[in-house]
Amino acid sequence: MQKSPQLNSHGELQHLLTIEGLPRDVLTHILDAAAPFSEVAEREVKKVPLLRGKSVFNLFFENSTRTRTTFEIAAKRLSADVINLNINTSSANKGETLLDTADNLAAMQADMFVVRHASSGAPFLIAQHMAATGRDHIHVVNAGDGRHAHPTQGLLDMYTIRHYKTDFTQLTIAIVGDVLHSRVARSQIHALTTLGVPEVRVIAPKTLLPTGIERLGVRVFHDMREGLRGVDVVMMLRLQNERMQGALLPSTQEYFKSYGLTPEKLALAKPDAIVMHPGPMNRGVEIDSAVADGGQAVILPQVTFGIAVRMAVMAMLAGN
Amino acid sequence: MSATKQLPDAEALCTALADAMRGHVDPAATALVGIHTGGVWVAERLHAALGLKIPPGSINVSFYRDDYSQRGLHANAKTSHIPFDVEGAHIVIVDDVLHTGRTIRAAMNELFDYGRPAKIDLAVLTDRGGRELPIAPTFCPHSQSWPDAQILALERADDGGLSFRLIKK
Repeated sequence: MQKSPQLNSHGELQHLLTIEGLPRDVLTHILDAAAPFSEVAEREVKKVPLLRGKSVFNLFFENSTRTRTTFEIAAKRLSADVINLNINTSSANKGETLLDTADNLAAMQADMFVVRHASSGAPFLIAQHMAATGRDHIHVVNAGDGRHAHPTQGLLDMYTIRHYKTDFTQLTIAIVGDVLHSRVARSQIHALTTLGVPEVRVIAPKTLLPTGIERLGVRVFHDMREGLRGVDVVMMLRLQNERMQGALLPSTQEYFKSYGLTPEKLALAKPDAIVMHPGPMNRGVEIDSAVADGGQAVILPQVTFGIAVRMAVMAMLAGN
Repeated sequence: MSATKQLPDAEALCTALADAMRGHVDPAATALVGIHTGGVWVAERLHAALGLKIPPGSINVSFYRDDYSQRGLHANAKTSHIPFDVEGAHIVIVDDVLHTGRTIRAAMNELFDYGRPAKIDLAVLTDRGGRELPIAPTFCPHSQSWPDAQILALERADDGGLSFRLIKK
């Protein structure tokens, strides 16, 4: 069996690069570890000293205010020193390579890199480079790479589902929207199937689905009404306008008509179904405001849980 | 395991500890904080026996341990819960066994992140010696030393009964 580059020789998490290939007990362990961290936010002093004296570098080669902020809050609540680098306004523009950037920051005694990059595999490359040069003490967290993976988003989604629905093995879950461009969808699918969800559906027009998606163990629906029937969880995806090349869609209005989540379509799901969205939302494109602000939406709790999950991930990595 | 050494009677020690504390705590104003997991069970017993008004708190000190870098983070679903205002409170930290004192230090550090208590006392069922920090219990009905290779652990049966067990490290 090929060893996952994310796990050390004891089978413990050394880096978090993707959910794909992580054993179920590792996923469950992260979700279990996240629970006590959610309570830290309710204290007078919202800090625990687990990462005191550690330096966490947020390496964002692609803009994302929200994800960077939640990683920053998570690291600060663990008492780490956080350094934010927006590389698209920095050395990469001057021609420095990814690994040179990483080497320079490693020379500044970095303990952890949180990496967001438009190219799939960039965080993996950094992790591999650190291992190859004997710097195993440096941990890498993938904060979203290209169309590949966004593992902490996948984990916080699992945490949210478990919070509201308890048992993964009894659920029918639909992922709706732009699966083609979505690293979030890939992480969600790997997490859901690993945790034993018996039916994972993807609902999207043919132009927004990668070919062969069925091989990941999902059921494909092109008709949203049919796909939503009887589901326990609706996971909406953002329509990624900025990644759209060519005429994949007639218009956003047309998209909303077929694939936007309205109260009327949501009524086809189970009455107690929850609605999730990784943010930022395009209201009136993939989700109706009446749903986004409605009683079944758990979109803001997702954000709050995301901090606890990222704290757990960083604390686990730093301790392994 | 030494066959000659008798394990302490946890039930009897709970009663003895409550007796030692009675008269030194104010039922209307003193708050207990148990350390997960054994300390929480003992705190529940003391709370009932002493008729305290403030609901007992519980803490999981694993985020504050000084040996974190050696042990790593273990999934521990136990969440700290302090249901009263720590600011200005009289708090008794409750644990089952006092050993090195490091857990108590971590517990005190954690409590100060909730506020500034007026006073903190320490109540334990038994003191097994081996202190590595200048920490002493305020209330402790029993002392007995055990070899370092053995962990003295409190267990709770399905019927709620408490007992001690020795575990090899």
